Amino acid sequence: MKKLINSPDEVLADALVGVAAAHPSLTVNMSDRYIARAGGPTAGKVGLVSGGGSGHEPLHGGFVGYGMLDAACPGEVFTSPVPDQILAATRAVDGGSGVLHIVKNYTGDVLNFQMAAELATDEGVRVEGVVVNDDVAVENSTWTAGRRGTGATVFMEKIVGAAAELGADLASAAAWGREVNDRSRSFGVALTPCTVPASGKPGFELGEDEIELGVGIHGEPGRARGRLVSAREIVGIALDAIHTDMPLSGEVLVMVNGLGGTPLIELYVVYAAVAEWLAGHGVWITRNLVGNYITSLDMAGCTITVCRLTPQLTYLWDAPVETPALRWGR
Amino acid sequence: MDASMFRAWIQEAARLVVDNADHLTRLDSAVGDADHGINMRRGLQAAVAMLDETDPSTPGAVLATVGRALISKTGGASGPLYGTGFRQAAGALGEDPDVSAAQLGEALAAALTGIQRIGAALEGDKTMIDALSPAVTAYQAVIDTGGDLTNATRAASDAAVRGLKQTAGMQARKGRASYLGARTIGHEDPGAASTVLILSALATVTAASGRRSERPGTGAAS
Repeated sequence: MKKLINSPDEVLADALVGVAAAHPSLTVNMSDRYIARAGGPTAGKVGLVSGGGSGHEPLHGGFVGYGMLDAACPGEVFTSPVPDQILAATRAVDGGSGVLHIVKNYTGDVLNFQMAAELATDEGVRVEGVVVNDDVAVENSTWTAGRRGTGATVFMEKIVGAAAELGADLASAAAWGREVNDRSRSFGVALTPCTVPASGKPGFELGEDEIELGVGIHGEPGRARGRLVSAREIVGIALDAIHTDMPLSGEVLVMVNGLGGTPLIELYVVYAAVAEWLAGHGVWITRNLVGNYITSLDMAGCTITVCRLTPQLTYLWDAPVETPALRWGR
Repeated sequence: MDASMFRAWIQEAARLVVDNADHLTRLDSAVGDADHGINMRRGLQAAVAMLDETDPSTPGAVLATVGRALISKTGGASGPLYGTGFRQAAGALGEDPDVSAAQLGEALAAALTGIQRIGAALEGDKTMIDALSPAVTAYQAVIDTGGDLTNATRAASDAAVRGLKQTAGMQARKGRASYLGARTIGHEDPGAASTVLILSALATVTAASGRRSERPGTGAAS
């Protein structure tokens, strides 16, 4: 393992010190381990808290700021945050209108957020939760833990963040979140495994000419192993899977997201293929993101996320945002 | 069994988990995200530290402390699951300063119920339940047929090991491993493996205290 770290056990603590130093707009609570807006809670606004394992940067800390999250709870690398952290963040961002938890569908995240929500409710803070489960690679049946939450998390945090800034109450903020989730689907492909600093070894083995199809964002293997083919063919596999699950039409928001170890030039190659595929199916990309937004440490590969837009969703997507990793219009 | 024996159990469990952390992580890297050993080590070390700090005086208070420590330090799904298990067991033991083998059986059953309630897993789903559930059954069977604590905890530990081995043939239906579907077959479940370590620690410390109590002049095993 070759990494720019001081010690495998101190990666998160050291990174949080860096986050605090780099971004004066954020405050980092080192003992309770959460990142929040420096200005404190906004009176009357629904507070938005998300979180999950670390290693997905800029998710979630990079999306804390005006128009998006009020706080993020980073767990250990690839490990969900604990209820104490989430409770502390929830308390810290409650501006009197309640707090919405945005939770990716992983058993650990769901259980820890649930426990924190119960504790916060006991203290008199109103809490609701929205679960992101957009990954079409996972069979959604009663025999699995359900679909993973991946790229749609970024869409949800942005769109619900805008709605909350505009004065949405807790119930309607949650409703916007569910709408984004219902209209979004993702598919991921890994070209290499990633290495968790504490374990020091790649999460799985992958041959030179092999790829993992349908991966999540934790270095876990995907639903199948395939042969390395052209970017255009990989995009075809991904969009076929998405389109089969949720027929695409009209105007869409697309994110081509790097998993941490893929250069931008390859992401643009992928974006070109995505645009070509969608145009060929009569679908129009009216908004997009290309870059590293929800990563998996040093994994090479990408996820493709598509959201079927409505005029209201486009309006909320365009609303001003000012965070370390996403900013426009302000 | 008094608080000191329960504390010895947790210390032994922490020692076993630290020694086997790499093994647990290897099992988890086959089916999950390769952090189970790291998380369990962090959680149980925190539990031992909290016991040293607060020195609880009853078995129930020991287990409640362990449950709180696991929930606040472990992370992942194992924190809430094991944390809830220990807290439910603590509730079953109440405030008695000394508990019987039958009470410990009730505590183990309460742990199982608590973990199933929040994890919603059944036997065969390839989770810690596949080790814990047969262990609770085996413990109860030994006690019901007049066996003593040492035999009951040994039977529980052995049943957990058999349960763990059976998870290798199962397809995961809960947790992150479920996303791999049939690709999980052939690998033992990391959660069942850590449950084996915890129950084997219990068997070790009860066997040790059983041997001590056989010496003349010491009291009978509780």
